[in-house]
Amino acid sequence: MKEFFAQFAIPHPSLLIYIAMASMIIGGIALVAIVTYFKLWGYLWREWITTVDHKKIGIMYLLTALLMLFRGGVDAMMLRMQLAVPDNSFLDAQHYNEVFTTHGVVMILFMAMPFITFFFNYLVPLQIGARDVAFPRLNAISFWLFFMGMGLFNLSFVIGGSPDAGWTSYFPLASNEFSTSVGTNYYMISLQIAGLGTLITGINFITTIMKMRAPGMTLFKMPMFTWSALIANLIIVFAFPVLTVALAMGTLDRLFGTQFFTMDNGGMDMLWANLFWVWGHPEVYILILPAFGLFSEIITTFARRNLYGYNSMVWSMLMISVFSFAVWTHHFFTMGQGALTNSIFSITTMAIAIPTGVKIFNWILTLYKGKIVITTPMLYALHFLPLFTLGGVTGVMLAMSAADYQYHNTMFLVAHFHNVIIPGVVYAMLGGLTFYWPKMFGFMLNEKIGKATVWVMSTGFLLAFMPMYITGLDGQARRMYTYSESTGFSLLNMVSFIGAGLMTVSFLMLVWNIWYSFKNSSRDISSDPWDARGLEWATHTPVPVYNFAIVPNLEKGSPEAFWDAKKNGVELFKGKIEDIHMPNNSGQPFIMSIFFFIAGFAMVFSMWPMAIFGLIGVLATMAVRSLEDDHGYHIHAHEVEETEKSYDKGGAK
Amino acid sequence: MKVNMKGTLLSLMGLGAVLLAGCNDKLAVLDPKGPQAQRQADDTILLITLMSGIVLVVFAMLVFMLIKYRASKQSPDYEPPHIEGHWLVETIMIGIPVIIVIFLSFVSVKSNYIVESIPQGYEDQEPLVIYASSSDWKWHFSYPEQDIETVNYLYIPANRPIEFRLYSFGSITSFWIPQLGGQKYAMSDMVTTLNLAADAPGEFMGRNANFSGRGSAENTFVTTSMTNAKFDEWVEEVHATADPITEEKFEKMLEPGHLGRETYTGTHLEFSPAPHHDHDSSEEDSSVEEHEEHSTK
Repeated sequence: MKEFFAQFAIPHPSLLIYIAMASMIIGGIALVAIVTYFKLWGYLWREWITTVDHKKIGIMYLLTALLMLFRGGVDAMMLRMQLAVPDNSFLDAQHYNEVFTTHGVVMILFMAMPFITFFFNYLVPLQIGARDVAFPRLNAISFWLFFMGMGLFNLSFVIGGSPDAGWTSYFPLASNEFSTSVGTNYYMISLQIAGLGTLITGINFITTIMKMRAPGMTLFKMPMFTWSALIANLIIVFAFPVLTVALAMGTLDRLFGTQFFTMDNGGMDMLWANLFWVWGHPEVYILILPAFGLFSEIITTFARRNLYGYNSMVWSMLMISVFSFAVWTHHFFTMGQGALTNSIFSITTMAIAIPTGVKIFNWILTLYKGKIVITTPMLYALHFLPLFTLGGVTGVMLAMSAADYQYHNTMFLVAHFHNVIIPGVVYAMLGGLTFYWPKMFGFMLNEKIGKATVWVMSTGFLLAFMPMYITGLDGQARRMYTYSESTGFSLLNMVSFIGAGLMTVSFLMLVWNIWYSFKNSSRDISSDPWDARGLEWATHTPVPVYNFAIVPNLEKGSPEAFWDAKKNGVELFKGKIEDIHMPNNSGQPFIMSIFFFIAGFAMVFSMWPMAIFGLIGVLATMAVRSLEDDHGYHIHAHEVEETEKSYDKGGAK
Repeated sequence: MKVNMKGTLLSLMGLGAVLLAGCNDKLAVLDPKGPQAQRQADDTILLITLMSGIVLVVFAMLVFMLIKYRASKQSPDYEPPHIEGHWLVETIMIGIPVIIVIFLSFVSVKSNYIVESIPQGYEDQEPLVIYASSSDWKWHFSYPEQDIETVNYLYIPANRPIEFRLYSFGSITSFWIPQLGGQKYAMSDMVTTLNLAADAPGEFMGRNANFSGRGSAENTFVTTSMTNAKFDEWVEEVHATADPITEEKFEKMLEPGHLGRETYTGTHLEFSPAPHHDHDSSEEDSSVEEHEEHSTK
């Protein structure tokens, strides 16, 4: 009995972990108490847990992403604090390894991924004039699988121990021999469950975009964000199965003693690195393309002009998506595959800079002859352009394989990928969030605080990451928990720490802005507060459950359908209001995902009866669904008319 | 706000300048002491220069647009035109990057073959072979020619090409001496080759650059390059004073942990040979038997 419970203990406990544990338990109890006190359980179940509405699922993705941004951010601060001074003892080596591993996994897979999925969910149906996604219930399954994967991964922190082999989890370091806690089991299984959700999202959104566009919306009339979503989801469908297979092989190695990635018996550790990056590099573009899409929406709106070079934007994204599968070896030029292989991958990698450069120039030329208004979302975009260019050109440096022998595994590399991910992805997410905030919640975020946030964030970013380019070239390797005074890295690492601190301040300002605006902003805003251009702004605010009372018609439209309607008098909504067919809510996705969670947790600790129980539960919920007849329901025309009237009365458009 | 914007851009450029200025001969990678590192440093300087040019062009275009086309500078009833794009602009936009990438591709391919070959200027000499193998968290240097083995320190003759043969007794590590040349992985089931040379006597920092678990931060070594005469003197001295390495001693050394500098006569390759599979060899003769052979070692 004692042994049974001993396996759940943390192998490397520290005061920090105990404090975090205690605050998580207290926070959890407080949350349950609040929900119970205000009698919100029924509301939560009816309106959120069982929902199939793409807008609500989107908002749940958003909340998860923000929560994980907090966790990944705390991890980042701990890392920078440990390195702020030489020979620091704030974290020991094992603890530091766990923290940078979870920082990477959380930020990429549980922060950036749900953040872009939030935008897919909220925007794509609105931008193509649809009432929901193609498979609404599958969409709920995607979210709950992702959510359970996220939950399982974070559980490792308090039960059994965090993974410690890096977010890349290279074998043989990640094998049982060198990574002895269950942490890497958590990594393999939680990513598997969350990845399944992402794969389903990919299928769902490709189908939605291909089949559910409003009449008249040809592919080349789609808004740029929808294009980026289509291409990103195509990459998901091609790339994620590779991760699925790699994780399955890794799980088999760790739990069942297979020899895929072992050092003996014909195992091959390099196979993991290859499989990981065959998924991992396209993954980078899964994140950045939707970011590009959002920046296109923001820049056109506030330059008050159409997007320069729409066609070249689309073609460059398609080029990037193809090339993204042909560059994975650049993550390990130093593996010894020889000059020929390195030369090929060096050239394909540099070639990606061409379509990316086209996009940068297109955005700048969109400003040409425009009427530039600087709002918070636009400020994010205007900071993105120079900062991302900086990250892009250092990427070209890393692409030079011979020179990369000197940059690989150093802080130079760390500086580079944060230099593309933060101004690229994070700025797009926060700029997009600010931009679409009034559409979602019916009030604007404060512009003054918003703009100040961007300036603080960019300053912090530059202070945090520019020094790393220098220490990297001076020989500071990444992922090392300490360095000695004699290396001379001290001053620049302290600067990095201060920069990271400023970035933390900027995130606090963001939270403060949400609270401040919630208290003080006017609720009396139009449904088009930014004078925007895309079809998503042709809906009411807040968006009714059916999105569009009448399906828009884009025979005469362009990618800027709403702008055409406002300025050129193109009639989008023709015909009369009819009954609207909508999907029913369902608790099954949630219940099925719970079974996934149970099975996953049991597998982490090799508790087979419980794992089998969980898997049977998964199959049983699938069987229930197969035998169920669910034809959805109708919102009758008169109800729709009443809802529409209420918007007219309320003063909103 | 506009002043702010300009200020940021200026400070950005300032930072770039600091970066460039900081790149004087003090940074390890830009302070090469051998032909391979020299080539990599030259590439780095070329890249920084070229990339700064690109960054400046982008910044200049952006600043121009922001100054010229701000709403506050235009009449309230100005309506921006609808512009689809122009073939000439797009050709330039694609053409110039294509030219830059083609140019860099040539440089990259050439550099690849240079850093993978015997260092330039030393082609006429027979390289000194040193096996560098890593275990958690140490480096073992075996000199088969001299019949010597050291732990955590490396002596090499200057002005002679060195062929490092790398492998690992555990996780993947990366053998890196920044001032002599960029790194390469050491792995458990094959041997990789790294060709380096030092142009002059000196001491250089070396380390495992690849994260390999708890002790990887301290997985470092010092490389000392010396004249041929001094090197030979050292070899003789080792043979006169050091103990022979034995299998038991070596097995004990492999246990996870850190060690100081150690010196032995003989090499562990005699009783624990390097993996057979040579990753860099062009002849792919890695038969099943070979696999089985080294797996049962």
